[in-house]
Amino acid sequence: MNKILIFLEHNVGKLKRVSYELITAGRTLAKSKNIPFDGVIFNSTNETIETAKEYGLSKVLHINSSSFEKYSVSLFAKAISNLIQRNGYDFILFPANSRGSELAPRVAASLEASFIADCVGFDYSDGELIVIKPVYAGKAHIKAKMYGTVKICSLRPNVFTAIPEPVQEVVVENFGPNIDASATKEVVIDTLKNEGKLDVLEADIIVSGGRGIKGPENYYLIEQLANIFNGAVGASRAVVDAGWRPHSEQVGQTGKTVSPTLYVACGISGAIQHLAGMSTSKYILAINKDKDAPIFKVADYGVVGDLFNVIPKLIEKVKAVKE
Amino acid sequence: MNILVCISRVPDTATKIIVGADGKSIDDKGVKFIINPYDEFALEEGLRLKEKFGGKVVTITVGSDASKEAIRSALAMGADSAVLVKTEGYFDSFFVAKNIAEYAKEFNPDIIICGRQSVDFDSFQVPSMIAEFLDLPSVSVVSKLTIDGVKVIAERDVEGGKEVVETTLPCVVSAQKGLNEPRYPKLPDILKAKSKPIEERQPIPTELKVEIVGMEIPLRARKNKIVGDSDDEIAEIVRLLHEEAKII
Ligand SMILES: Cc1cc2nc3c(=O)[nH]c(=O)nc-3n(C[C@H](O)[C@H](O)[C@H](O)COP(=O)(O)OP(=O)(O)OC[C@H]3O[C@@H](n4cnc5c(N)ncnc54)[C@H](O)[C@@H]3O)c2cc1C
Ligand SMILES: Nc1ncnc2c1ncn2[C@@H]1O[C@H](COP(=O)(O)O)[C@@H](O)[C@H]1O
Repeated sequence: MNKILIFLEHNVGKLKRVSYELITAGRTLAKSKNIPFDGVIFNSTNETIETAKEYGLSKVLHINSSSFEKYSVSLFAKAISNLIQRNGYDFILFPANSRGSELAPRVAASLEASFIADCVGFDYSDGELIVIKPVYAGKAHIKAKMYGTVKICSLRPNVFTAIPEPVQEVVVENFGPNIDASATKEVVIDTLKNEGKLDVLEADIIVSGGRGIKGPENYYLIEQLANIFNGAVGASRAVVDAGWRPHSEQVGQTGKTVSPTLYVACGISGAIQHLAGMSTSKYILAINKDKDAPIFKVADYGVVGDLFNVIPKLIEKVKAVKE
Repeated sequence: MNILVCISRVPDTATKIIVGADGKSIDDKGVKFIINPYDEFALEEGLRLKEKFGGKVVTITVGSDASKEAIRSALAMGADSAVLVKTEGYFDSFFVAKNIAEYAKEFNPDIIICGRQSVDFDSFQVPSMIAEFLDLPSVSVVSKLTIDGVKVIAERDVEGGKEVVETTLPCVVSAQKGLNEPRYPKLPDILKAKSKPIEERQPIPTELKVEIVGMEIPLRARKNKIVGDSDDEIAEIVRLLHEEAKII
């Protein structure tokens, strides 16, 4: 490992939280090897990039051109590959989110690099880097070695903690990739937002409902609890399959994999496929009337009781603490 | 329309994972293997494209003879024929993608459809790598696909909503849940599948990129404070959320 590159993303004037997590992870690796680490970002501003200095990043390559106004995975991947080759990076970090998860493998294939997705930790064995990654939906972790000159990892959001360590300044260098930008192959032409709703993938606190909620007309309880925590609403597959909630809220093996600070499971039994999507949450609170429900085995806190009775009380008491 | 669907074989999602004697793979005694659930969405989409535009659906699997059961299920769903790139022992995703790309160069598909991820190693890379090797456009995690001539409009799930992506055939897409409802094969289909051809091919070797050196079942120590539903007990949980977890 000689030179690290970190893929950064911005979101209204700041970098995304996951970018600060990546910078912290990259900084730690760079320090242990005493090597430089830089960032790369598309079409941002100096003010936004500046915020990276809080986390110790001192150089960012800025790809700033109208050719990259609309996101295109193959074009962005070509630009990043070009940067890696020209500047000689050999270890690259992406976020394991919707962008990083498709850019990283395209970059890896084009450079014939090794790639591991969704890493949750790094380790060394005899000076060699070992990557830790969940497999079988988190039921197991593997430790893996990577070969070849260029190595690429994507990191699971919310797992690596962003820790500030300010530096004096961030040098921003414009980078113009040597690629044929007219060769764009697929472009994002529109974005459909889930109006006014916080996505489970972006939430620090998630409140999910299961079959125990009995019907869609009772979901307001889940929504109220989520609101009081400023959190997002999630659901088990039973609830989604019944048509009570949209698939975008489903947590689990065939839904979203989340890792919030607090996950609240209300009337969810804790099937293995549900646990697959939330078991790395920092804290888990379960509300279930069945004291033997498997969800209690993975819970930090649990209330055995009827959710129709427990949730209103919980809301009232959380409110009291907040005031 | 030539449609290539990538099918991988994975342990049933309800499987309890036990680490095998080698300390780096699962003990597969008694484990039931199935088609990767996302690949069923991929195959269903391929079958619907064929029903609409004509042509043929060929599946491809990189794996050992043990994959044949999953391949037969894919043929029973309605694929016309299957390709098995035969391997023994450990292989990585780079190898899978290279070999699928290699076959695609001969078959010349109009569209290659994969699952979003394989639920064994959750490697999350084969579709994008195939696209890059073939210099084709790719759209991942697709929950809606519309094709008109060579024009393709795909919706992909992203944080907080969906992105609408425009591209052209030939391309690679990876299927998300919600794209369609996969069909269940009927008995005659299952019987018919027995006589459909599975072409076996030798793999082209690739350099090993990723090697697994260990596997563990992660143990997370949970506080496991479980209480009843009296007012005092709920107040205690709220206090812990506030003071111990520092959440409120
Ligand atoms: C291939 C595959 C993929 C899957 N993917 C997913 C996935 O992504 N996500 C997912 O969630 N599931 C998934 N599943 C389904 C999973 O196996 C379970 O069926 C599902 O999670 C059950 O949902 P549930 O907990 O809401 O319902 P149930 O298992 O029916 O549990 C309801 C719970 O509510 C409790 N309850 C009832 N009434 C009350 C009340 N008044 N107060 C308090 N508690 C009450 C009950 O005690 C029970 O524990 C998948 C299954 C398969 C086969
Ligand atoms: N061994 C394999 N043979 C055929 N297709 C595969 C194989 N592994 C992965 N795929 C395809 O690639 C998709 C994504 O898998 P992965 O990148 O392994 O998470 C799967 O849903 C399959 O469609």
